[in-house]
Amino acid sequence: MDLTTIVLILDSSVRLATPLLLACLAGLYSERSGIFDIGLEGKMLAGAFFAAAAAYWTGSAWLGLLAAIAASIVLALVHGFASITQRGNQIVSGVAINFLAAGMTALLGQAWFSQGGRTPQLGADARFGAITLPGAEALRDVPVVGEIYYELISGHNLIVYVAFLMVPLTWWVLFRTRFGLRLRAVGQNPAAVDTAGVSVPFLRYRAVVICGILTGIAGAYLAIAQSAGFIVNMSAGKGYIALAALIFAKWRPWPAMGACFLFGFLDAVSIRLQGANVPVIGEVPVQFMQALPYILTVILLAGFIGRAVPPKAGGIPYVKER
Amino acid sequence: MSAPFQKLPTWVEVGVIPLVNVVVAFLVAGLVVLFIGENPLEAVKILIWGALGFGEGVGFTLFYTTNFIFTGLAVAVAFHAGLFNIGGEGQAYLGGLGVAVAALALDRYVPWWVTLPVATVLAALFGAAWALIPAYLQAKRGSHIVITTIMFNFIASSLMVWLLVDHLSPVGSMQPETRTFEAGGTLPELGGLFHLFGADMGAAPANISIFVALAACVFVYYFIWRTKIGYEIRATGLNPTAAVYAGISTVKITIVTMLVSGGLAGLMALNPVMGDQQRLQIDFVQGAGFVGIAVALMGRAHPVGVVLAAFLFGMLYQGGAELAFDMPTISRDMIVVIQALVILFAGALEHMFRPGIGRAFALMSTSQRERVVAEEERS
Repeated sequence: MDLTTIVLILDSSVRLATPLLLACLAGLYSERSGIFDIGLEGKMLAGAFFAAAAAYWTGSAWLGLLAAIAASIVLALVHGFASITQRGNQIVSGVAINFLAAGMTALLGQAWFSQGGRTPQLGADARFGAITLPGAEALRDVPVVGEIYYELISGHNLIVYVAFLMVPLTWWVLFRTRFGLRLRAVGQNPAAVDTAGVSVPFLRYRAVVICGILTGIAGAYLAIAQSAGFIVNMSAGKGYIALAALIFAKWRPWPAMGACFLFGFLDAVSIRLQGANVPVIGEVPVQFMQALPYILTVILLAGFIGRAVPPKAGGIPYVKER
Repeated sequence: MSAPFQKLPTWVEVGVIPLVNVVVAFLVAGLVVLFIGENPLEAVKILIWGALGFGEGVGFTLFYTTNFIFTGLAVAVAFHAGLFNIGGEGQAYLGGLGVAVAALALDRYVPWWVTLPVATVLAALFGAAWALIPAYLQAKRGSHIVITTIMFNFIASSLMVWLLVDHLSPVGSMQPETRTFEAGGTLPELGGLFHLFGADMGAAPANISIFVALAACVFVYYFIWRTKIGYEIRATGLNPTAAVYAGISTVKITIVTMLVSGGLAGLMALNPVMGDQQRLQIDFVQGAGFVGIAVALMGRAHPVGVVLAAFLFGMLYQGGAELAFDMPTISRDMIVVIQALVILFAGALEHMFRPGIGRAFALMSTSQRERVVAEEERS
């Protein structure tokens, strides 16, 4: 395997990891505040659909992005209303959100565009195109460094850079701001936060809305950056992989990036390894590579690679007084 | 839940509130139809006609109902122990492997009524085995069962694709499916029964596995409400701490409940694999495992409720197909939307209307009491 192949695999890992990373950070905010969210998948899917629909009608990628965020926030608020205000079961609500998104996107897609649930192909203006970073062209012919800079670091679309910049930002918000401190506290011990005179519901609603914004961006990435339109069930389980990555990262931003990159890398490799022979092991079934993120997560959850301890108050509705 | 709600009479608790929740879910679904620009009443009419209006429709409705009874019971049993088994999809998929093993081994040598019990046992065993690992991990290592069962759905899907593509498909065939079972590996259809009532089932695949499903309902009723372990399961579900205090082993309860739940989900495979397609195919479960969640919530985790809810969803699946045919703007995905709304209103928002209903009920009974008091004073 030469350098070009490695760079190409890493390059497609970055592309595949981006939606995972955005959804994973989205889940991080929500779950750190004590609201379990298995509805990442659904919010992402809704985001993808409305991004494609709005971008098609307006011809603007930016309006598509806004529509994606709005749709995703609406679903996030439904989840928030069910789990914060109504103190319902957060898992059940998340399941409902996933089905609602899966059904509504296919239904509206068919009703509005009559193409079996797809949206029409988008032109270049309605998508986020590749950005060439300064100096990439000039450095292109420099061996090693130039190749890595040109192929791997430059040439992605805007959302990829946003996703990776969200990692330090999320770290800073969670661990260096007052809001972040309270957010983490409300996921561990809401009663203490309440006693300190901070509103538990308001904090959690804000976390849920941030989650909506990020999953919306993730959805927009799928429909109007990575591809040129929406197809039925476009998220294809990415929301669940993001959830797995979140557990893998033990609810921390930097490891979240590592986990998402790892899962993106596995995906990229499995596409390349199709039918190829690996030394010693022989032919690895593609299905095994596809299942690997899930298997790894189960092994982690079993406590064989360290211990993944979720936020203490996660999943438990907060009752102010009894 | 430590009663933040007032006590209501039983008939309001198990009758009125669930009904209101489901009705609201369907009203919202009606709004969705209206939003798309079709007439919801017209849609309901087509749907009911499609599901029950003719023999073939009824046959399909019963076929879907059978699937949903199994998966609904699976989720319901787990609910009683306070567990959320979201892995019915994967357990049913593995159950299909059990059915296929039995049918492929026996179909050439014995009649169907010998194969059926073997297939039933193997389907339940395979489904239960797939639920065992998440159950063990939850009971012993404290990993969250919802997450592990989701992961196991995906692992099951990859495993089955690998098995079907590389190992189970006949030599020389490119189709990722097993060979078609012979007569000894197929279940009799209900066509004869339909003829007794003068109806024609047409090409509908309803078959005798519906009686296995009904037997499973009776089993679940006895298991949950009439056995010692069923009592322990309910005790654990209502208050795990108190259950431990009473000497009930949480580890045992978690594992036994999940084995039964997984077994029930696995049984679902009898219907499509042995009854309908007569071979094991990729993705034959088609979301029935998830419909089970809506069915169990709507049926309040009781076998009778599960049968009724499963029938309703069976109607939706069959009627929805007719609806998509007659009103092309409403595709079959409408069913998924209804399913989502039922899960949302009957599950996550189940207490939303309780204060309102409670107030209305209190108002009703006070006005009644006043009338009685007034009459007594007059006399």
